[in-house]
Amino acid sequence: MTPGPAARDPAPLRWGVAILAFLLLTVFLALPLAAVFTEALRRGWGTVLDAYADPDAMAAIRLTLLVAAISVPVNTIGGIAAAWCVAKYDFPGKRLLTALIELPFSVSPVISGMVFVLLFGAQGWFGPWLQSRDIQIVFALPGLVLATVFVTFPFVARTLIPLMQEQGRAEEEAAATLGAGGWQTFRLVTLPNIKWALLSGVLLCNARAMGEFGAVSVVSGHIRGETNTMPLHIEILYNEYQFAAAFAVAALLALLALVTLVAKTVLERLSGRREMVH
Amino acid sequence: MSGTGVEIRDVARRFGPGAAALDGVSLSVRPGEFVALLGPSGSGKTTLLRILGGLDHADAGSVAIGGRDMAGVPARERGIGFVFQSYALFRHMDVFSNVAFGLRVRRRNRPPAAEIAERVRRLLSLVQIPEMERRYPDQLSGGQRQRVALARALAIEPSLLLLDEPFGALDAQVRKDLRLWLRGLQEEVGITTILVTHDQDEAMEVADRVAVMRAGRIAQFGTPDALLENPADAFVAGFLGEANRLLCTVRAGVAHFEGDALPPLPVQAPEGRALAFIRPHELLARAAPDGPFTLRALRPAGPGTRLVVTGPRGSFDAVAAPDAPLPRRGEPCALEAQAARIFPA
Repeated sequence: MTPGPAARDPAPLRWGVAILAFLLLTVFLALPLAAVFTEALRRGWGTVLDAYADPDAMAAIRLTLLVAAISVPVNTIGGIAAAWCVAKYDFPGKRLLTALIELPFSVSPVISGMVFVLLFGAQGWFGPWLQSRDIQIVFALPGLVLATVFVTFPFVARTLIPLMQEQGRAEEEAAATLGAGGWQTFRLVTLPNIKWALLSGVLLCNARAMGEFGAVSVVSGHIRGETNTMPLHIEILYNEYQFAAAFAVAALLALLALVTLVAKTVLERLSGRREMVH
Repeated sequence: MSGTGVEIRDVARRFGPGAAALDGVSLSVRPGEFVALLGPSGSGKTTLLRILGGLDHADAGSVAIGGRDMAGVPARERGIGFVFQSYALFRHMDVFSNVAFGLRVRRRNRPPAAEIAERVRRLLSLVQIPEMERRYPDQLSGGQRQRVALARALAIEPSLLLLDEPFGALDAQVRKDLRLWLRGLQEEVGITTILVTHDQDEAMEVADRVAVMRAGRIAQFGTPDALLENPADAFVAGFLGEANRLLCTVRAGVAHFEGDALPPLPVQAPEGRALAFIRPHELLARAAPDGPFTLRALRPAGPGTRLVVTGPRGSFDAVAAPDAPLPRRGEPCALEAQAARIFPA
């Protein structure tokens, strides 16, 4: 829709704002991303592939995918449950729960990681209990998953809550009066109404789960080939002046994030088109 | 489909501190009857409807439908058709799937697909939108959505139909058409129906009996005629039909109006100060050079032109006295009440 003459800004202003936005995007987003890829490929594809073939790099890639593969489903289910509670029901403590959902966004990731060390580390509250049963949480996969789940929890819930609040409870109530049970109502009414937002939230959650550095860095212990995820591996390579390898792994991580973003955009397009066609 | 009776006894419901939403409501609806719950917003009518439908629970009292106590019976097992204020159609399903929903989710004796399709089509022609089955809710007009919501509720062959402000979102002409059509449909199907509305015309036109609600209680329950002729209290008299209100004092069976605005009127009412409700057609205006009122506006409406007159005690709706010439705008005139309903003030 083109705005009427009264709402239209003068041409120089419109162009000025557009150019400014474009410049900012280029300098702060596109250039760094381009730098990662050019730097990675500067010494040719051979170096890049060598960097991936390194056993520690392979382990980091596998670990990152594994952590994401556990955290994302957990947060998808947890996020739907939290959003459902907040959006469809009134209960005492609802405001507190809403604030808690936001907590991981407002707390520094480093602190999020330290909390788990404090709880489950050797000197932590549950440390002795865990040690006596030979259960390793910190400096192992469970700790990485816990930290990642914590940091990425808000994505799904935050995407769903406004939508579910706007949609209200009426359709679920209608389904109940028509004889549908709880699971039928969720599967046939609630889920289809939120599926596009849910996918978008899941993809963002996934992007962050793969890229999380701070919290994971604290609980990881940086054991090469065992508890290093891709972001941690990149840091180690960089600190050891292996710039080519560092950028090669960084490029892969950036690529995963880009694929996620493209997938999200395509999904949004598809959902938009469906709205118009149906 | 046939109707069942509804027995509501001393139902109370309270949301948090403050006034109760329902404060001891009892109501008995006969099988096949069409009852309207009429009241201003906040009077508890929607809460009562939701309790009947199993979407809310009563803190006290009991509800029996078709002789069966409904305590602890969830909405999905009640088999009650519910039409929501905003229709609550499933937005991602087309009209056909919306109407078929209640049949498709059945675990026991779910009809075969062909039978479901046949029933959905029959319902869509019953609600007169057979050509809409592939449309989505956002492609329908308000009136069409209303019909889909009704067809969806009827698909489960309910013994009781509950309608929450079903015409609230429609414009005036569509409302009028749809409510007449709904009444016809209800008679055709013979289903017990309870309708919630704040629109008195709607309630009076459509229902066999109307329950006027106020502040969580039923002020009066009766046929539209009975409510208009013998309102139980000042609230019902004021809520139903337009009426002019005037303070008066009753002495020896005669009402003396405040400030002697109108000639005294013989009434049957207890002595003392009272509030008189006088309908426009009971209030005659005639031109009078020294009358206390001034004619402000005329609204020709065929026989019985409506007049708006103002005086020291505010503005009144009246009609022109049949035996006198029509007063002109700005002319002084006098008023005379022919009848009034009097309630102690």
